[in-house]
Amino acid sequence: MTRFLLARLVQSVAVLVVMSFVIYGLIGLMPGDPIDLMINADPKMTSEDATRLRALYGLDKPIIERYGNWLKAALTADLGYSRLHAKPVLEVLGPALGNTIVLLGLSFLLSLAIGLPAGIAAALRPYSRSDYAINFLAFAGISVPAFWLALLLIIVFAVFLGILPASGTGTIGAAGFWESAKYVVLPVANLTIASAGGHTRYMRAAMIETLRQDYIRTARAKGASQTRVVFRHALRNAMIPVVTVVALNFGYLFSGALITETIFAYPGMGKLIFDAIMGNDFNLALVALLFATVLTLAGNLLADLTYAWLDPRISYQ
Amino acid sequence: MTRLFAVFVLCAGFLAPPLATAEAKDPPRDQLVIGITQFPSTFHPNIDAMLAKSYILAMTRRPFTAYDQNWRLVCMLCVDLPTIENGLAVPERTPKGKRGIAVTYTIRKEALWGDETPVSTRDVVFTWKAGRHPMSGVGNVEFYRSLYKIDVKDEKTFTLHFDKLTFEYNAINGFQLIPAHLDAPSFADPAEYKHRTAFDADTTNKGLYFGPYRIAEVATGSHVVLVPNATWWGSKPRFKRIVVRVVPNTAALEANVLSGAIDMIAGELGLTIDQALAFEKRHGDRFNLVYKPGLIYEHIDLNQDNPILKDKRVRKALIYALDRRAISEKLFDGRQPVANTNVSPLDWVHTDDIQRYEYDPKKALKLLREAGWTTLRKGVRSNKNGEKLSLEIMTTAGNRIRELVEQVLQSQWKQLGIDVRIRNQPARVFFGQTVTERKFSAMAMFAWISAPESVPRTTLHSAHIPHPGNNFAGQNYAGFVNSEVDELIELIEVELNREKRAGLWHRLQEIYADELPALPLYFRAEPYVLPKWLKGIEPTGHQDPSTLWIENWYAKSED
Repeated sequence: MTRFLLARLVQSVAVLVVMSFVIYGLIGLMPGDPIDLMINADPKMTSEDATRLRALYGLDKPIIERYGNWLKAALTADLGYSRLHAKPVLEVLGPALGNTIVLLGLSFLLSLAIGLPAGIAAALRPYSRSDYAINFLAFAGISVPAFWLALLLIIVFAVFLGILPASGTGTIGAAGFWESAKYVVLPVANLTIASAGGHTRYMRAAMIETLRQDYIRTARAKGASQTRVVFRHALRNAMIPVVTVVALNFGYLFSGALITETIFAYPGMGKLIFDAIMGNDFNLALVALLFATVLTLAGNLLADLTYAWLDPRISYQ
Repeated sequence: MTRLFAVFVLCAGFLAPPLATAEAKDPPRDQLVIGITQFPSTFHPNIDAMLAKSYILAMTRRPFTAYDQNWRLVCMLCVDLPTIENGLAVPERTPKGKRGIAVTYTIRKEALWGDETPVSTRDVVFTWKAGRHPMSGVGNVEFYRSLYKIDVKDEKTFTLHFDKLTFEYNAINGFQLIPAHLDAPSFADPAEYKHRTAFDADTTNKGLYFGPYRIAEVATGSHVVLVPNATWWGSKPRFKRIVVRVVPNTAALEANVLSGAIDMIAGELGLTIDQALAFEKRHGDRFNLVYKPGLIYEHIDLNQDNPILKDKRVRKALIYALDRRAISEKLFDGRQPVANTNVSPLDWVHTDDIQRYEYDPKKALKLLREAGWTTLRKGVRSNKNGEKLSLEIMTTAGNRIRELVEQVLQSQWKQLGIDVRIRNQPARVFFGQTVTERKFSAMAMFAWISAPESVPRTTLHSAHIPHPGNNFAGQNYAGFVNSEVDELIELIEVELNREKRAGLWHRLQEIYADELPALPLYFRAEPYVLPKWLKGIEPTGHQDPSTLWIENWYAKSED
């Protein structure tokens, strides 16, 4: 197991180095630079000013040199400053990551809490009315565009009923736990509805497949109760494909949900990464995307370890 | 997405939400929540020009001078506006023998930073030193370059010596003071200053502000909270708390104002004109909609290198073929005035005594025929060589209004046999490369933001045409070359006599209207969505935001 973990660690470092270069290169290939954006905001800016600022921000150097400088600094734990936020990258990343963990963590847990039981319930009585109803809701959740659902939630709960804020985060002066927490309700609901449907469908399919297996028939023949068959014998095996999907979603979770964050004006990672890329904020975009990569790799490692736990036949040498 | 939302909001309007209405009737009188669409990238007043930053900082600080709601230059932090007439501005020769000017200002004696440190000439000198340092990160340093010396008379009075005598000699709107007592230590290493300045490292420090309000809380990307500044010398601000909430999506911004989560939408950074007009139709009874035409000049740059567009007759035909008045009426409810040149009708230098282009398809056709575009085949005009009158128009993809206008223009030109193909690009590509490197083959639709009596040096002077030789510096994207315009620009800048300057401006507009380096479309209007109870807000229409007079804003019950 230790050898396996070490091998995965080395692989992950290699992936991160390659990813950092690819991301840096791709952002660098985009047309224009931050100084072009400044010129658009201030037509009186002279060409001398533009040249001076390009030199000041190191934008006059070739991309390879810029990447090399960044990598050298990064190895000494200096991740640089965010040009868009005028702060060290980690200072910008911290609050956004905190917001994202709250938002996406809650929606992730809620969607599992809804999706997995719903999927199991549907699988236990396939093609029954309850299965059709669960499937209908699951497909509705998957099909509804996130922006449409977000706006619908705002209209109903903020405009009509006036019980929840339309967007943003709580301010200190108007604090109180509920005052701050209620800002998260609508975005969490939006993301949960969208992802619970997917989890329901995966769980249902895996469970139906597992319930057809010989060992399940044997368990039933031995007189095991329905609860024991489902939760003791079927669930562990059915979870293996679901874990794969959930693990793949793990990295995505922390790279944020751009549409939901934009519409609900929620300052999380998705909006941060988008703005950083559009604003040519190399340092911020790079670190944020690498962070998402790390979490994807960690999620996959966790999934591999979970396989071994779920299925004793799997072992890592 | 926004259109879909409009349908929802329409339904919401018909069903008249009782809770939201109740909130609108009974607003909290001690707090004002303002919705805007952008979060500032920095709070340093002199690094990076950004409207969101100017909007917020205008509540917390005051420039020495600013343009007021009537576009007149006024003193804000200074006691008297220096002029040559009152003797506070004295033309002089610089040590290098150039024509310069010495301008004397006095800081208001009651001006204190929020930590009770007097605003003094020490701050003036520090701001100048930081601003002119090439490593400090200040964007436009032309002002600091021109200001070659400061004579300090006492704690409050100082004289600025400029190496150029221009008509704007006393307008130092962009000279925003930095508190030396807080920021001087950060400037010890100028290259690191932009990272260490207290404006970003310690944004809620009282000592950074001396306006009616100070920043008390910043949640990056979300909101900024302002509270009254105890050291403010002017009339007491009426709101105990102002929250500037950032909602990047304008459809969600509408929902926020309808739900009562925000009280008003700033015109400077809020809804687009079409959204505001639709909003007014549905909710005009609950909100005041104020439209302020301003200085944002929407136009189509015509690439003067294009063989077809080199012919002035074709350029004129293009504009005669457009019914811009109808576009303004139908799409913008007449709220956005049709432009005849790049000078706003609200600017004192504007003149109507120039060639104007009312919709006249017959004249357009005549001009096209004179230019050799005589044959009409399959709806497209061509010349004797068989070349088609085919042009490309580009703008920012996703900008709904521009895309809509573009389609109307395309159809109007098509009626005369002018084939116009639309090829839009994301703003990032359009402004990052296509326009800045003059890679648009014929027409590029976008806007310029200017200031009252702003001399169009960077956009019209031939020395400012971007090309590989100058590393694509300059904003004369059309590639317009006219020696008389170059000369007029030089003359206008240094002409102190207002009447003579008006004459020069007149001539400049005449040439612009005749030569058409760009097709003028309209001046954008800023729509303000205000609650009925909010009074005292006066939109300016120029770059100095309405929040510079925040202390005059009040709730109706106080009236």
